[in-house]
Amino acid sequence: MPTTEQLIKISTQVRRDIVRMVHAHQSGHPGGSLGCADFLTALYFEIMKHNPAGFSMDGKNEDIFFLSNGHISPVWYSVLARSGYFDIKELSTFRSINSRLQGHPTTHEGLPGVRMSSGSLGQGLSVAIGAAQSKKLNNDSSVVYSLHGDGELQEGQIWEAMMYAAAKKIDNLIATVDYNGQQIDGVNDVLSLGNLKAKWEAFGWDVLQMNGNDMKQVVETLQNARQHTGKGKPVVILMTTVMGYGVDFMMGSHKWHGIAPNDEQLKQALAQLPETIGDY
Amino acid sequence: MKKFTYTEKKDTRSGFGAGLLEAGKANPNVVALCADLTGSLKMDAFEKAFPERFFQCGIAEANMMGIAAGMTIGGKIPFTGTFANFSTGRVYDQIRQSIAYSGKNVKICASHAGLTLGEDGATHQILEDIGLMKMLPGMTVINPCDYNQTKAATMAIAKHFGPVYLRFGRPSWPIFIPENTPFEIGKALLLSEGSDVSIFATGHLVWKAIEAGMALADMGISAEIINIHTIKPLDEKAVIQSVSKTGCAITAEEHQINGGLGDSICQLLSRHLPSPVEMVGVKDTFGESGTPDALMTKYGLDSKNIVFAVEQVLQRKKELAG
Repeated sequence: MPTTEQLIKISTQVRRDIVRMVHAHQSGHPGGSLGCADFLTALYFEIMKHNPAGFSMDGKNEDIFFLSNGHISPVWYSVLARSGYFDIKELSTFRSINSRLQGHPTTHEGLPGVRMSSGSLGQGLSVAIGAAQSKKLNNDSSVVYSLHGDGELQEGQIWEAMMYAAAKKIDNLIATVDYNGQQIDGVNDVLSLGNLKAKWEAFGWDVLQMNGNDMKQVVETLQNARQHTGKGKPVVILMTTVMGYGVDFMMGSHKWHGIAPNDEQLKQALAQLPETIGDY
Repeated sequence: MKKFTYTEKKDTRSGFGAGLLEAGKANPNVVALCADLTGSLKMDAFEKAFPERFFQCGIAEANMMGIAAGMTIGGKIPFTGTFANFSTGRVYDQIRQSIAYSGKNVKICASHAGLTLGEDGATHQILEDIGLMKMLPGMTVINPCDYNQTKAATMAIAKHFGPVYLRFGRPSWPIFIPENTPFEIGKALLLSEGSDVSIFATGHLVWKAIEAGMALADMGISAEIINIHTIKPLDEKAVIQSVSKTGCAITAEEHQINGGLGDSICQLLSRHLPSPVEMVGVKDTFGESGTPDALMTKYGLDSKNIVFAVEQVLQRKKELAG
């Protein structure tokens, strides 16, 4: 079991990876990736029971994860590689021709760790519910995790899925919303989500909240969420994060949703993110 | 021309319902999902036999497609059921990303395709679905022609790994494919040999092609009738072989000419065996309310339209030879 300090070391390296990957081919989405680095590090290095060395699409008797907001692929690729799904050297191929690390995650190129293509938003909650129902049919007691952007909740399919999951008592599912309040066109005001907690509750979900950039709190909340499974209700964590967390000039600005840093900005960013467990 | 008769008419959707039940008995991993149309899709028997494997999704087709995609993880073989319009156009991006691009083993089963849906009108009469589905890389597209073939196709796709679009319909239709005729995905079915013209038909139009073939025989024209139940992958060898013999072709389908079976056959022939082709299908227009028979007549999908197309294509063949 890694300590909080050890997890922070890993998430710092993951953030370094993200900035370097997006810089290398001048393409990708650093903002949301940086914001979710602590969550994905905690999930893959502490919380999930999974088998990186022997990846199987069916993931029977393993906890499995779906990234619904596929544009934050850099953080997921880094965490997958660093937890052993594939060689970290492959991170250098991100978004380049003939790479398994496509701009948005896909099963199409056979990248271990990815079980569903995502990118077109709003689809991952339904997929996660289906996988959770498949586990129930297989008498498999492991848990399905998913991550969604808050802007993504503007997609109607999410609300179809929310309604379904509660009606069918999908209680082996822990969905998390990256609640950073930002999307491409702006901050909060693009289309207000209103009272998000009340909405999930009204749809019949068990709602938890956490600060997604406080590693200790992330681990504790994820552990607590697990105690909430198996009780007849799907579980959602509203995770407050700061977009661009860890790089001062990117923090809190939707402008870094999908823009790559230039050489000078890379240097500035890396100065704030020390190499902890070795660059790829 | 071989003589064809029928003693019974039944809807192809009932063939799906019967096939789904058999597939469910044969394989415990078969699961079924429906968007509030269990009766219309004839999925009741499966629901009754395997309630724990039946998932009522309500009127939320996008979610249903995503759930089906997710259920494949863990080894389930999901069959989704709703009308063809809501199985394709309404959920195209869900199918594209979560099923086709993700290579998931989902069977998209679509009833009430085409004009023969009848009185509900153009909102429900999708005539573009074959085109939408065949454009997706890796998607198998099947449009069986009668009750028996639909039942056999349903059982066959359960054994095939990969995404499939299975298209069938609402009206009672002659049953003329013998029961227990093996269904081979991607293999054309030669119904009657002929020498003057090849008629390639799919779905409900196969029976119309047979009627046309019998009328043509009385006129002294020998038509080869081929049932293309699998539009993708197309049985290219069967098409080339037949047209090599006859020198011209008719395509017939309850679908837009744009993007349908005719389009696939013309692509193939233009590359390998340029030949005169006439296409019987809906010509870039929406349908409307009416009885199935009245609609087939008004939109040019009757056997007499096939006969007329044959006369035209034979004229073109003659001019080319001349």
